[in-house]
Amino acid sequence: MAAESSDSEEEDLVSYGSALQPLQEGERIKKPVPLQEQTVKDAKGRYQRFHGAFTGGFSAGYFNTVGTKEGWTPSAFVSSRQKRAGKTVLGPEDFMDEEDLSEFGIAPKDITTTDDFASKAKDRIKEKARQIAGVVAPIPGTTAFDDLIGPSKITVGVELLRKMGWKEGQGIGPRVKRKPRRQQPDPTVKIYGCALPPGLSEGSEDEEDEYQPENVTFAPKDVMPVDLTPKENVHGLGYKGLDPSQALFGASGREHLNLFTGGSEETSNLLGDLRHSKGRKLGITGQAFGVGALEEEDDDIYATDTLSKYDTVLKDEEPGDGLYGWTAPKQYKSKKRPEREFKYIGKVLPGFSLASKPSAPIKIYPPPSLPRNYRPVHYFRPVITAGNESCHLQKALEESTGKLESDPTQQGRHALNAAQRREQLGETELKGPAPSVLEYLSEKDRERLKEVKQASEQQMKAKIVSQQSANSRFQVASPEEAAHKWQMLLGGQLANAGSSDFKPFAKNPEKQKRYENFVKSLKQGEKGERLERFFDQNMTEWERGREQEEFFRAAMFYRSSNSTLASRFTRAKYEDDVDKVEVPRDQENDIDDKETAVKMKMFGKLTRDNFEWHPDKLLCKRFNVRDPYPDSSIVGLPKVKRDKYSVFNFLTVPEPTTSVTQATNEKIQESNSLTKPKKSSRWDVSDKEKEKKDSISEFISLARSKADVQQQPPVPAKEECGAGTTETPPTVVADEDKNQEEESGRPPMDLFKAIFVSSSDEKSSSSEEESDEEQQPTTSERQSETTKQVDIADCSSSNLQENVTASTDSGISSLPTSKQELDATEEFGPKLPPAFSSGTTWQQQTEVPATFPGPSRKEKHRKTRERHKTKKERKRKKEKKKKHKKQKNKGKHKNKKAEKDSSSDTTDSSDSLSDMDTTGLSPKELLRRLKQLQY
Amino acid sequence: MAFPKPRPARAELPRQRVQSLQCGQGAVRAARFNADGNYCLTCGSDKTLKLWNPHKGTALRTYQGHGYEVLDAAGSFDNSQICSGGADKAVALWDVTTGQVVRKYRGHAGKVNCVQFNEESTIIVSGSIDSSVRCWDCRSRRPDPVQVLDEAKDGISSVKLSAHEILTGSVDGRVRRYDLRAGQLCSDYLGSPVTSVCFSKDGQCVLAASLDSTLRLLDKDTGELLGEYTGHRSTTYRLDCVLNELDTHVGCASEDGRVYFWDLLECRRRHKE
Repeated sequence: MAAESSDSEEEDLVSYGSALQPLQEGERIKKPVPLQEQTVKDAKGRYQRFHGAFTGGFSAGYFNTVGTKEGWTPSAFVSSRQKRAGKTVLGPEDFMDEEDLSEFGIAPKDITTTDDFASKAKDRIKEKARQIAGVVAPIPGTTAFDDLIGPSKITVGVELLRKMGWKEGQGIGPRVKRKPRRQQPDPTVKIYGCALPPGLSEGSEDEEDEYQPENVTFAPKDVMPVDLTPKENVHGLGYKGLDPSQALFGASGREHLNLFTGGSEETSNLLGDLRHSKGRKLGITGQAFGVGALEEEDDDIYATDTLSKYDTVLKDEEPGDGLYGWTAPKQYKSKKRPEREFKYIGKVLPGFSLASKPSAPIKIYPPPSLPRNYRPVHYFRPVITAGNESCHLQKALEESTGKLESDPTQQGRHALNAAQRREQLGETELKGPAPSVLEYLSEKDRERLKEVKQASEQQMKAKIVSQQSANSRFQVASPEEAAHKWQMLLGGQLANAGSSDFKPFAKNPEKQKRYENFVKSLKQGEKGERLERFFDQNMTEWERGREQEEFFRAAMFYRSSNSTLASRFTRAKYEDDVDKVEVPRDQENDIDDKETAVKMKMFGKLTRDNFEWHPDKLLCKRFNVRDPYPDSSIVGLPKVKRDKYSVFNFLTVPEPTTSVTQATNEKIQESNSLTKPKKSSRWDVSDKEKEKKDSISEFISLARSKADVQQQPPVPAKEECGAGTTETPPTVVADEDKNQEEESGRPPMDLFKAIFVSSSDEKSSSSEEESDEEQQPTTSERQSETTKQVDIADCSSSNLQENVTASTDSGISSLPTSKQELDATEEFGPKLPPAFSSGTTWQQQTEVPATFPGPSRKEKHRKTRERHKTKKERKRKKEKKKKHKKQKNKGKHKNKKAEKDSSSDTTDSSDSLSDMDTTGLSPKELLRRLKQLQY
Repeated sequence: MAFPKPRPARAELPRQRVQSLQCGQGAVRAARFNADGNYCLTCGSDKTLKLWNPHKGTALRTYQGHGYEVLDAAGSFDNSQICSGGADKAVALWDVTTGQVVRKYRGHAGKVNCVQFNEESTIIVSGSIDSSVRCWDCRSRRPDPVQVLDEAKDGISSVKLSAHEILTGSVDGRVRRYDLRAGQLCSDYLGSPVTSVCFSKDGQCVLAASLDSTLRLLDKDTGELLGEYTGHRSTTYRLDCVLNELDTHVGCASEDGRVYFWDLLECRRRHKE
């Protein structure tokens, strides 16, 4: 209740002015401006002038007043100490400003022409008004003298009207076809005698059938100026006093010639209504005289006024004039014209006639209330087409409805269309869009279209007929025939029939199965007998035939619905990026390597990542720097779209590995730099080699490459037919145990997700490879932890470097291409192939191509077996690790020599190497064995 | 005949306290000289920023308007404006003379650790604990940053600007240098959270202080380590490091309440105070 009342109170509230703007945050409340500092300015910053704004006015001055600081003292004030102030009479001019008295002020002092003297011509209307006033005035005719004295004037409007053809005494407006009678009679013709009462004369006017010239138009009737003479006497309303003419002469008084002859005529016309129509009684009659108490006949005494004419009671009765006391000028009501004038002028269709009465207003009937069980669904009756069979029916129908189709030449009016009717009526065509495309076609095209339509209809008919006949002959027709027919019908569109989810016989699984087989074979284009075998052999022939028919129908149904649906959809142009994410193209690498580098205080290349970074254009502008990438719209790091669950999102791409084999070779570097892409990829090894001093990086990458070699020895052999078979296996590294740890170590969960969510297509590839690949990323991570064997790394790296120098002389030129080839293998896994697959490998291949035929199946089988073998052998190797370590230092020189040999003599080198590498089976060794097996 | 210029006087290390100011602002989070070194600003934890004449020891003005402690401030090159960042996640631009906030930039998701003007004071670069660096435009009335550098994986502890570079130190242990001219981002890994970075005066080196109580002088172009300065203690707090005007000494605050100075080349600790 309280809330309601408050609501209502709010509604009742009236708000004035505009609300203050809410204070902004942090803005201080302004102190109010003191009154004397308040000034009012307009929109343009000028001081607003107040009073008398149009004539100058005054600027808001002291305290927004006209006063001064000293106060307002009247100019007339004189101190009364010495002298009394003279009494001054103040006129309005005393309170006016100078501007007010100037030419455009309210009270100009200069001489100007007044209204009365402004005109040149006589104004008839005013004259008339004067005359009326003269008549009405107590002494009639007095005002007539005024006309003799007063200047007459004519206004500009009148002058204009005159120039437009208006004549005095005429009304204003378009000329009308009207009887001239209404026009004011020619003033030159003087009428003597009794004028007919106005009402009577008007009525007779209509009745008279006078000759009307066709082409004559008349100016509209002049409008009577409004008589707004003020009431100056003390008589009651409507009381006129004694009319001297009537009083003196009675009824005949009308006939007398007035003193002012010209005026009498006019006044009688002007004041027609006011004149008494009754005046039979002789003698002095009039309201002023009253009636004697003894007079019996008193109804005619008051000639003009009777008491019955006055309302004695205040009531709602409508006064006859409909004015309700309104004394404004009477409206000239347009007389009700005869209906003839409403007549429609124009042509009339045959069969139609003009209505004699205007149609009655349309009666609107309320809609019927619907029955309770009414369903608002319309059942469409079958449309009868003009086919052969239904011809009779249609005829019958037409006859029954009476719509007999007739020759277009003898069309009744019901058959007319809108255009024809329009022609007959002589109306102009409506401008609008053409109703149909056919309108735009030429006659020829239309005919052609019609032909095509007919042809297709006939085809359809033929088909239906044949189908019907087939149905009727069904028992007789052989299933082959039927099948053939169906196949014809289905045509090549069976392509996706029964493909997946459409199961018409889901209730009967056996049947469904049969159906699926059937459709499959149908798609392959098999014919009748072969189709037979899908049907149940236990069924009778009839049943089989029936089922076949059924299957055909089902197949066709599926096809049709499928195709109709397909026609309504279109393939998306772009794939949805649901499972794609935006990933920065370059990411900072894993910090493990850097961690170690930091520990080693090897700042520089190892700890640095360089990215392409796009500053904002505005930022460049503000920094006064030229935009480094003026054409790019990227801001920040460039982003790439990747699969949401891509392996590469979770694998941090390893640091560009230093391919040790190229370490010292400057020429190779040069060739590298030629082919080097701008973006550093993991295949890029270019500038790493410059710094010999940061041996840590070499060490790390070397260790990694070795580990890779050991972990996936057969992979390169498989992918590129025995790459680097004779290459020396890199000296076995000391971190074998780490390898073992890796196998037991689990990669993070995301990795699994990435592998198993993204692609299901690659499941066909060997699971062995996958497992290998899974291990790789972890390998690289672990590798970096090896920090202790720096000395060993140094040895091995230098060892390998020498190895390369020996082999480069022939391998330099071919290196870039080998790199490209390596790039091609990138797709197979995230991991870099082992380091040995660089320059020397290529050399081997080019030198002895005959020794490497393509990998056969046999070989593959062998390889898989070998792989298992290596796993076992790895364990063995681990045991021998320590021993090997010792040996490695010793075998440095030997190794060098041996590799020289290998580069010169490829086939024998492996033997010599195998002699040396007695401690463990290297992948190279395995490959060599493979080769032997092959031959 | 022109005499060769006299050798510049050897840089004197500050050895005595000239003035101490009673700020009365609670904990003073940062104190910064203006561009010409005649005035200084102190950022108080009582939400105020104070402008001082440190040579006379007079407080000139107090700037109120931050909603929480003020963490860093910087003066514009013409001393007409001040920018400051606070724990209220806002960066404010002040008019020095009126003491009013001209603009307030909201957009950081965490407290703003560091703010810097660019050379022409048209851009404010602010680093925040939300691991983003935002560049705000002082010229237009844009409410959003010109660019957001969100490469850091952890909070930004320090931001420095040169004519065309933005140098940021982050708690993720990296010093990132955004080179606007070259359109490049160089990221150096230091291994432990970086608390402060600064350019050398010659613009060739970058000094970075990290929470392993080490200052490192890195070559700007290659990222190589040029010097390492240890001996102070910095394990928990964000403390600033500096290079002196002539690039002869390296200074850094320590958690033991002293300021340490090292000779730049010899990496020897010269002085502690």
